Amino acid sequence: MHHSIDVHDLVFSYPDGHPALRGVSFGIAPGEKVAIVGPNGAGKSTLLLHLNGILRGAGRVSVCGQVLSDQTLGPIRSAVGMVFQDPDDQLFSPTVFDDVAFGPMYQGLPEPEVRARVTTALADVGMAGRVNRVSHHLSSGEKKRIAIATVLAMEPEVLVLDEPTAGLDPRARRDLIRLLRELPQTMLVSTHDLRMVQELFLRTIVMDEGVVCSDGPTADLLAAPDVLQAHGLEVP
Amino acid sequence: MHVHFLDPYRQLPSPVHALDGRVKFVLAVAFILTVSLTPFGAWPVYLLLLSIMLSVEILSGLGVGYVLRRASLALPFVLAAFPLLFTTPGTVLLKLPLGTWTLALTAEGALRFANVAVKSWLSVQAAIVLASSTPFPDLLLAMRAVRIPRLLVAMFGLMWRYLFVLVDEALRLMRARAARSGLVRQPRHTAGRLRPGGSLAWRARVAGGMAGSLFLRAVDRSDRIYVAMLSRGYDGEVRSFTLQPVSSGARVTLVAGLMVLGLLWLSGTLVWG
Amino acid sequence: MFNRPAPMHLPDGFLSTLVSIVFWVISVLTLAYALRRAGKDLGERQLPLMGVLAAAIFAGQMLNFSVTGGTSGHLLGAAIATILVGPWPAVIVMTTVVSIQALIFQDGGLLALGANLFNMAVVGVAVSYFVYTSLHRVAPQRPWSTLVGGFVAAWSSIFIASLSAALQLAISGTSPANIAVPAMAGIHALIGVGEGMITVGALTFLLATRRDLLVREQAGSRGGVGVWIFGLGIALVLAVLSPLASANPDGLEWVARQKGFLEAARAPLYNLIPDYVLPGVSNEALATILAGVAGTLIVFSVTLGVAYLRRSRKNTV
Repeated sequence: MHHSIDVHDLVFSYPDGHPALRGVSFGIAPGEKVAIVGPNGAGKSTLLLHLNGILRGAGRVSVCGQVLSDQTLGPIRSAVGMVFQDPDDQLFSPTVFDDVAFGPMYQGLPEPEVRARVTTALADVGMAGRVNRVSHHLSSGEKKRIAIATVLAMEPEVLVLDEPTAGLDPRARRDLIRLLRELPQTMLVSTHDLRMVQELFLRTIVMDEGVVCSDGPTADLLAAPDVLQAHGLEVP
Repeated sequence: MHVHFLDPYRQLPSPVHALDGRVKFVLAVAFILTVSLTPFGAWPVYLLLLSIMLSVEILSGLGVGYVLRRASLALPFVLAAFPLLFTTPGTVLLKLPLGTWTLALTAEGALRFANVAVKSWLSVQAAIVLASSTPFPDLLLAMRAVRIPRLLVAMFGLMWRYLFVLVDEALRLMRARAARSGLVRQPRHTAGRLRPGGSLAWRARVAGGMAGSLFLRAVDRSDRIYVAMLSRGYDGEVRSFTLQPVSSGARVTLVAGLMVLGLLWLSGTLVWG
Repeated sequence: MFNRPAPMHLPDGFLSTLVSIVFWVISVLTLAYALRRAGKDLGERQLPLMGVLAAAIFAGQMLNFSVTGGTSGHLLGAAIATILVGPWPAVIVMTTVVSIQALIFQDGGLLALGANLFNMAVVGVAVSYFVYTSLHRVAPQRPWSTLVGGFVAAWSSIFIASLSAALQLAISGTSPANIAVPAMAGIHALIGVGEGMITVGALTFLLATRRDLLVREQAGSRGGVGVWIFGLGIALVLAVLSPLASANPDGLEWVARQKGFLEAARAPLYNLIPDYVLPGVSNEALATILAGVAGTLIVFSVTLGVAYLRRSRKNTV
């Protein structure tokens, strides 16, 4: 059985020379829900961008058994649903419908199928009534959920989210956590929100300065305050 | 903060709102073209066109007051035609001595000025009703219907979408500047030496810096948008749904509207052309 | 709330139909070419970059600084767009800005849009490009060439574009050249200074933070020669034509001559409609009948519409 995500010895430096990833390796099994935590600048966001080929580093990245290469970019981007921190970056179409339909359209699906996917995805995130709305009329919580719908419509195997609860008020945060709990996909979430990690994720990877410092059960990590503190984190 | 006031669309239950955006777009342009083609002095035609416009405004629920208020914002440009009053030859109505010159206001000049003003006034009302009764995404569909290239329509869509985001950022920058622009109450012995507001060059530099910051954020945001687009499979080609066919009711309205406008143009041209 | 004086965005009603259509044709052709060129110059990233830049220019137009005297200077953006993304993409960016302004905010007319696009998206960009590249090449590595080039490019783009607008008004017979040209030129010579200053401010900021954004345009300068030549050419033509037009001692006669020229152009069109369209029926009578039919149709449809409205209001109550 293939891993959903398999990263082996990933090394990457930005054009200005800054080494963001210095040998990262881990695997995520299908159905697992894993959190990545660490201080700012640890390389979390950089790592996520490697998972669907936006950034290409040295080492091997495999998604659902397929090794990432120029030829497999298309299928891998279909398999990995990436949700970024700022929903305004992902809701770039005039209406909600257009945004959620974007992914399926570029997957080459026929129009009736695209419409069906949009309806399902919006229902899955609880935003069924919002189909014809324009994005700037939505609250940040609603935008976050629609951003998730935009990738759900592609029926990905893996969901990767970067700071999903950042900027949300307590109620929206609660709704989002509930949604994440309900979604069946394999999930990898980069976050500072350790209380959410405690609730949702059984396994946590700690990253600092471009390497994986620890990778194991969340409970173990949260019981080791010295480890947390060493990497700029606080006990929730 | 939400800059909703920038969006002129007002959702109302009216037959004008419900009419297909593509039909409205074509009719609005046809109306403006008819106004433009109506010969000078064809006052009955102008009157009929005005009555059409007012009826549509009432029908749409937007209200004549709302439309005329917005129309008055475009009014100042009418001053550009002011010279017509004095430079058109004809029967002199009024003489205004101005120093060594005498400005002669002629009847013909007044008529020409009135023509320009009326044409302008009628046209802008049509544009206002179109923008206020049609959701922007429908206007994008209208553009596609008249064969505007997809890339350009996509650009219009992007600009409109991020207009609100960036104006929000610009307003925040302005508010931050205003918050730092306190007026110092000058003790008497320094009066005249402290200049509130700073020099013109300084103010321009601050504004320019704000503009630069805005552009930088825009470029950075466009990078992130591009990444989001790539992540969802964007391949450089603009794709969109096929357009739904226009309903028969909308088609009837379109034909009827064009006929009316055509008749008005024809009658105007026959008599006054 | 947003009192935006926009003396260069011509509303509808000021340009004759013929002038409007001629400039529509010119603008559409230029735009079609720009769309093809932009694809080659910027590649895949073009869409989000140009779209968001257009939004930024519009938002930037809201930044203002009060010039003593009460009028505010604000940004048109052709120069900064040209400097940031090159001439052909800048044509598309400015087309988007000016079109949305006309369509949504009634800043400029819809029929007159063709002429406004020519002034701001074509002339504005071409002149910016010509001036900026010429000045910048004097000392490509030094910041001052960017800043001075930016200032002069911004000022020239506004000034020359305003000449174009003035001549369009004059040819249409709406504003005599000997008033329109000096007035437009004078106002925009001032506004151009504001544009120049804001452009320099923005360039200073970008030089300090993201010099790579500016440098990437200098290397390569695609689309260059043609635009440069056009920019130079149009600037010369307008700069020479305008004082000629306005120096005409009897500006009125010039306008009348233009109008006569236009009458002559229109005559063949209207000769298609003879003195009477139907044998035996004079044009006046026919016109009355047509107007009557049109009027009846209007009344009929308004009545239908009002009935529909009242019915739907009753249903939603």
